Amino acid sequence: MQGIQTFFETTLNVPAGWALVGAAVLFSLLIFIVLALFVIVAVWLERKVSAVIQDRWGPMRAGLTMQGELQTIADTVKLLMKEDIIPSRVDKLLFIIAPLLVFTASFMVTTVLPFGPAGVASNMDLGIFFLLAVSSLGVVGIVMAGWASNNKWSLYGAMRSVAQIVSYEIPIALLVIAIVMYTGTFSVTGIVEAQDTGHGFLGWFAIRNPFLFIGMIIFLIAGTAENNRNPFDLPESESELVAGFHTEYTGMRFAFFFLAEYVNMFIMGMLLAVLFFGGYTPPVYLSSVADMPVLNVLFGNSVLWIILKALGVVIIQMWFRWTFPRIRVDQLMYTCWKVLIPFSMAIVVLNGFWMKLFNLV
Amino acid sequence: MKQYWSNIFTSIYTMLVGMKVTFKHLFKKPVTLKYPYEKDPNIPAISRMKLEVEYDDCIGCKQCERACPVQCIHITTTKALPEDDLAPTSKGTARKLLTTSFVIDFSECMYCNLCTYPCPEDCIHMTPNYEFGKYDKDLLITDFSPLSSEEQQQRLKLAEDLAAAAAAAKAKAAAEKELSSTASGKEQ
Repeated sequence: MQGIQTFFETTLNVPAGWALVGAAVLFSLLIFIVLALFVIVAVWLERKVSAVIQDRWGPMRAGLTMQGELQTIADTVKLLMKEDIIPSRVDKLLFIIAPLLVFTASFMVTTVLPFGPAGVASNMDLGIFFLLAVSSLGVVGIVMAGWASNNKWSLYGAMRSVAQIVSYEIPIALLVIAIVMYTGTFSVTGIVEAQDTGHGFLGWFAIRNPFLFIGMIIFLIAGTAENNRNPFDLPESESELVAGFHTEYTGMRFAFFFLAEYVNMFIMGMLLAVLFFGGYTPPVYLSSVADMPVLNVLFGNSVLWIILKALGVVIIQMWFRWTFPRIRVDQLMYTCWKVLIPFSMAIVVLNGFWMKLFNLV
Repeated sequence: MKQYWSNIFTSIYTMLVGMKVTFKHLFKKPVTLKYPYEKDPNIPAISRMKLEVEYDDCIGCKQCERACPVQCIHITTTKALPEDDLAPTSKGTARKLLTTSFVIDFSECMYCNLCTYPCPEDCIHMTPNYEFGKYDKDLLITDFSPLSSEEQQQRLKLAEDLAAAAAAAKAKAAAEKELSSTASGKEQ
């Protein structure tokens, strides 16, 4: 974003304050377009992955290649045209705010995510801390939706969601501590730069430290739970709670919850890429590419790699969803408090020993 | 404690087994069909789908109409006239009744196959044809009779007239008979 701001200031002679505002608006629009495109692709991909795993075809009609690639766009148009129902006995204000809050919380997290070496909206020193704090705000929206709906299913879903998200924040935070011990900085770009050792994938935390590899798996499990996705989709378990916290939502308001779910998946993928897989750094540095300016932009440190890594994590989450059955509430709590949290604590401690052993402190 | 570790290892192992199974299915050919473009060639000939009626074999006995649990078959018949010259059915039974209309409402039919068993001439049967959807419910009401509705009205009117004429003749004969009997009674 600094790049856009300096462009505004120097080339277009915009006063400094307005340049900042203009750059912020432009960059957030850019991120929104990337997220919207990603959601369109991811929803289509989800339907295709589920279809292929279940030996079906999936959507095949919409689009030009007869693979149903425009299905999501058709669905979006359908959702836009649907009647927007606000049930008469709901808490109207909270009911309207809830989906917006859920989506805003997801969208705010992208502020600190580095899409490329210069592609970060705000390179703040406490980036990862900000990220953890803001991503927890989404649960407030879910509780609002559950409470305002004035519906038993919704309230049950919301209560489960709170228990789940609050619990699973802890292993994530502990693993972030393990990473921060390594890098000595809370800045998200700093964490990526710490992995950019010039050796490609050998510098990634998941590869160069066995404890952090186990940490990556724990992070993936906890992240899936944070996103309320199968096998942790208790807040909206269709077969028990109709649709959980968004039972009463229709049309575009429902679409916001849906959008937030996929944006959260993307953010979890980005986060996993940033913390364990070197963010925007390529897996292999090709010396032949380094001299060519165009190819270097694409195959050096670039947005391409982080998107590919995030997409890989998203596909693994889809794979989870269409493989595992939903777990019970007591199993959910057991997994978090008795397995994931002790393991992440052990990882923090063992990571310290590892660093002492290799004189990294 | 031993249970704790074995639980963790079992869960990880079984998760990997499950993921391996779904991964294998990524490379399997889909078992479903792209329906409007591909159709299942192996639909059994005895499938219970659209009803079909061999009109020329129908003797108008209305057994199928009575057997239908949802009353979706509606048959009207009249006495066959000599000039109809109805050929016998494929089983060799003479057709004494003309089936003026043989209407099946497919919007009501539930494909139970109960109408086909009582038919003495095997003229009503199920076919494997399942593609007869329509945009209007009224278009699903099918008349298997080749007669147009005017002809049907005409035939029913004719039958009514004949019946009325016969009844009149009968009444007249009865009246005459009564008259003659009373007359003879007086004589005695």
